[in-house]
Amino acid sequence: MKRSNAPIFWSMFGAGGMLSALAGPALVFITGIAVPLAILVPPDLMSYAHAHAFAQHWFGKACLFAFVSLFLWHGVHRIFHSLHDIGIHTGAVAKLFCYGGALAGTLIAGWALLSIGF
Amino acid sequence: MSARRTYMRPMDGWWRRDPFFVRYMAREATAVLVVLYALVLLVGVVRLGQGQAAYEGWLQALKSPASIALHLVLLAVFLYHTWSWFNIMPKTMPLILPNGKRLSPAVVTGTGLAAAAVVCLALVIAAMKVAS
Repeated sequence: MKRSNAPIFWSMFGAGGMLSALAGPALVFITGIAVPLAILVPPDLMSYAHAHAFAQHWFGKACLFAFVSLFLWHGVHRIFHSLHDIGIHTGAVAKLFCYGGALAGTLIAGWALLSIGF
Repeated sequence: MSARRTYMRPMDGWWRRDPFFVRYMAREATAVLVVLYALVLLVGVVRLGQGQAAYEGWLQALKSPASIALHLVLLAVFLYHTWSWFNIMPKTMPLILPNGKRLSPAVVTGTGLAAAAVVCLALVIAAMKVAS
C-alpha cells in the first residue's frame, strides 16, 4: 500500500499552528506595532545592525526560518482544506498552489538566510 | 447526448446558519492572515539579505499608517487564533489518560492559554530589555 503523505502536511500544520498560537501575538505586536511606533521597546531594536546580527546567529536564523516557513505551511494547509467550505472543489491545481506556495516561501527564506551568512 | 445535469445543493452562506459554523469559519479564516504575516516577515528577511538600504526601506514601510492598521488587525486575528487553537486542542490532541481518566478539556485549554501568555510576555519583556 502506498504510504499517505498526509501526516507530513498535518504535522507542519500543527507545528506552525502551535508556534503561532504561542508566540504569534507577541511577534506581531513587536515587529508591526511596537517597533514602528517606538513604544515600549528600544527604538533601534530592529535596526539593520541588530537584525543582521540576529540573522547571522544560528539561533536567530533558526527562529526566523521557523516563523516564516511554519506559519506558511500552517496557513496553506488550513486554506486548502477550507476551500471546499466556500464551494471550491479542490484538485491537483489547488494543492499545487497551496503547498507549492509554502514550499517556495520556505526555499526563498532559507536562501535569504543562508546568503546572510554565519 | 447531452451531459447529465445533476442537482447541486447551493452552498451560499451555509455557515451563517449556526453560530458553531460561524466560529468554525472564523477559525479557518485566521489562516489567511497568518500567511499574510509570514509574507511580511519573508519580505523582511529577503530585504535583510539584500543589504542595509533595502532592509531600511522595509522598516520604513512598516511605519506607514496602512501597515500599522494591518498589524492591528493581525494582532486581533492572532489573538483569536491563539484562543481558538487551544479551545479545539482537547479534540485535536492525542488522548491523555492520567489515572485512567480523560484530562478535562478545561485543563487542556487553560494550560495552553497560560503557556501562550507566558511565551508572549517573555518575548515582549525580552524585546524591552535589549540594550539600545
